[in-house]
Amino acid sequence: MSIAPPRFESPEAPAAATRSEDYLWTLNFGPQHPATHTTLRLVLKLEGERVVDAMPEMGYLHSGFEKIGEHLTFNQYVTVTDRMNYISPMANNVAWHHAVETLLGIELTPRCRVIRTIIAELARISDHLLCNGAVGLDTGAFTFFLYGFYQREVIYDIFETLCGARFTNSYTRVGGVSQDFTPLVIEKIRTFVKTFPKTLDDMERLLTRNRIFVDRTKGVGVLGKEEAINRGATGPVARASGVTRDLRKDEPYLAYADYDFRICCATAGDCYARYLVRMQEMRESLKIVAQALENIPAGPVNVGIDQRTALPTKKQVYSTIEGTISHFELSMSNRGFEVPCEEIYAAIEAPNGELGFSIVGDGNETAYRARCRPPSVLHFAIFPRLIRGHTLSDVVAVLGSLNIIAAELDR
Amino acid sequence: MAATMTHATRREEPGQPPSVVDVVDALNGRFVGLASSVFRGQTRVVVPAGTLLPVMRLLKERGFDLLVDISCVDYLEYREPPMGMAECAGRRYGLVYLLASTVTNQRLTIRVFVDDPVADDERWPTVPSMVPLWQGADWLEREVWDLFGIRFEGHPDLRRLVMPEEFTAHPLRKDYPLQGRGERHNFPIITRENS
Amino acid sequence: MAMNGPELPENVVVSRLDELANWCRKNSLWPMPFATACCGIELMATGASKHDLARFGAEVFRFSPRQCDLMIVAGRVVMKMLPVLQRIWLQMSEPKWCISMGACASTGGVFDTYAVVQGIDRFIPVDMYVPGCPPRPEQLIQAIIDLQDKIQREGTITGREFDTAGRQARKRALVEIAAPLSVDASRNPVLQREIAAEAGSLVGR
Repeated sequence: MSIAPPRFESPEAPAAATRSEDYLWTLNFGPQHPATHTTLRLVLKLEGERVVDAMPEMGYLHSGFEKIGEHLTFNQYVTVTDRMNYISPMANNVAWHHAVETLLGIELTPRCRVIRTIIAELARISDHLLCNGAVGLDTGAFTFFLYGFYQREVIYDIFETLCGARFTNSYTRVGGVSQDFTPLVIEKIRTFVKTFPKTLDDMERLLTRNRIFVDRTKGVGVLGKEEAINRGATGPVARASGVTRDLRKDEPYLAYADYDFRICCATAGDCYARYLVRMQEMRESLKIVAQALENIPAGPVNVGIDQRTALPTKKQVYSTIEGTISHFELSMSNRGFEVPCEEIYAAIEAPNGELGFSIVGDGNETAYRARCRPPSVLHFAIFPRLIRGHTLSDVVAVLGSLNIIAAELDR
Repeated sequence: MAATMTHATRREEPGQPPSVVDVVDALNGRFVGLASSVFRGQTRVVVPAGTLLPVMRLLKERGFDLLVDISCVDYLEYREPPMGMAECAGRRYGLVYLLASTVTNQRLTIRVFVDDPVADDERWPTVPSMVPLWQGADWLEREVWDLFGIRFEGHPDLRRLVMPEEFTAHPLRKDYPLQGRGERHNFPIITRENS
Repeated sequence: MAMNGPELPENVVVSRLDELANWCRKNSLWPMPFATACCGIELMATGASKHDLARFGAEVFRFSPRQCDLMIVAGRVVMKMLPVLQRIWLQMSEPKWCISMGACASTGGVFDTYAVVQGIDRFIPVDMYVPGCPPRPEQLIQAIIDLQDKIQREGTITGREFDTAGRQARKRALVEIAAPLSVDASRNPVLQREIAAEAGSLVGR
């Protein structure tokens, strides 16, 4: 491990000769630390309580996801994408298969598009609940965290009824999804849509105008708009700084073009703005889910048999010749579907930012190179810039508001 | 403070990404040796490593203010020319620079192909760094250096990002095995007695 | 042989000191969450209000190794993180136990790659393994209950059960490929000691 002393060579650090070096001390924050963002390490240079410089270090959870992508087929790799941003795994699944289907040129059925939209938005609500909950927890608001976690359990229950797993669902498949919506699932989502706004109001009442929380987060970790774009920030971090970019509106994918919702932006760019943007985004997501739920188109959820990409239903396999042929073609290891020898990049608006996959195909079912564009890497690189000049207790607030998930950071 | 604002869709036609034909034409007008192609609506421009910095500067001036990603592909085991373009064949590493414009929503992919150096004094292929143009390139280039071994000239602090400092290989190259070469087992063992 | 013991009043309990110590220790296990990845979220969910871990005495999730006695390793441990894990394990004072939660901590899980340690029990003594990817909170609670049973059964007040020279033979990891290692040991004193131990064929530590 890097036991070597850190080097503070960030280009923006002021020259050491202008300050007395005697009063500076180095604090190692992590990689094992109480803030719920797991394995990342910060080496802070402090002058009393003020942070003079911060050197972030990552890689404490690097598991070789991209190398695994070169050995697993598209439908197998979706299990691995779950483990990236593990707070909202459904969004990663949707992103991965969005990229694969762009490469293969597959057009999804309307029902599948709406179903994927609904689960992606539920994943977004789940992610924001945990992110804001973590900000609350790190600043001392334990009740807020527990309220958020209870609602996440309700979402887990919906996912479990849908596909059997609480999270790490691996729900999407090439050309469709693994299980269709049943009436029970729709009923549960409907109940959630009815009861969630009240909890969200309770949570807002706890923190949004809470004097202590506002003092701890207002004006802390300010990120300007130009800087946000220059450093590659996307998602709520960028939107809270005034960048009005949201892939759901700018490059509509799935069924987002059909629904009425708004993008939430702020201009302040501090932790409080990021918190507010996420709270409001949860309400907008709920609106999308409510609209989508009432208008799920009937019809097949996976693409047709003739496309030879999605596994046909058992009834088709046993009763039609095309179904049988398609089943064999897909299941035999030396066959499978045709993949062009081409490269694409496709991104979705994940809860954390722009999550994209860059896939290089080489003819068979396994990607030649599967690269994940992680929003967390760029946000963590912004961190030293945000924390300079603030106190030690602001470190956790800023870290929480950036929503850095270690697994997505390191892959 | 926080304001929720309505956001209009800025697309020329629904369902199609905004066209970058004018940008590619401007590039072709100013520089020689570029090749471009389109696949699934995404435009790729292959740029030689020598003209990379001026090309990127021009693109930044034309409004591509967001650097989305920098990554690399090792074509050691790829049997066809990458992307079907003959200009790309023959070299081992293909760098991918994804650019986007927050104003016009255009996207562009710049590809740079480099090879392992043949000279004895250079161990790694080298490419100019994008950090002066986009600060976000900092860690992305460190990661490419760590996993592929491509050096970036002009990078302020090029060291390993995800692997430990003592690691000497570049894991995402095709000649490095998935299970590694035993590094993951080389640690002292703590038993109940001595803990 | 039947003895007529003295009559004990109702509020006196006779037991062995070991049993008393075990009962105290098992019902107040303070977990140290070494949460790295997805299992960490299930660990937090186990501590949250729906599946409440506080009912079993494991209320206080202290993050300082000096104040804990149960380390729950939740999530995959990579090469870069393993020395940190070992250092924290060494900082905990006895009696201490370790639960390896999830498939990745127990065996490497889905990730048979160059970076992930294939099971922390290769390098840390583990008492309880919880399978699952991620395990449900109920499974983790079951593991804690089983650990409590283990402590009750095998514990001693002096910690004699941790001197297990016979039981824990030195497990040497498999050598994968007979190729030169690409780790540069010159800056890693821990690795240098280990290589020297191998070279000098010392059996002890």
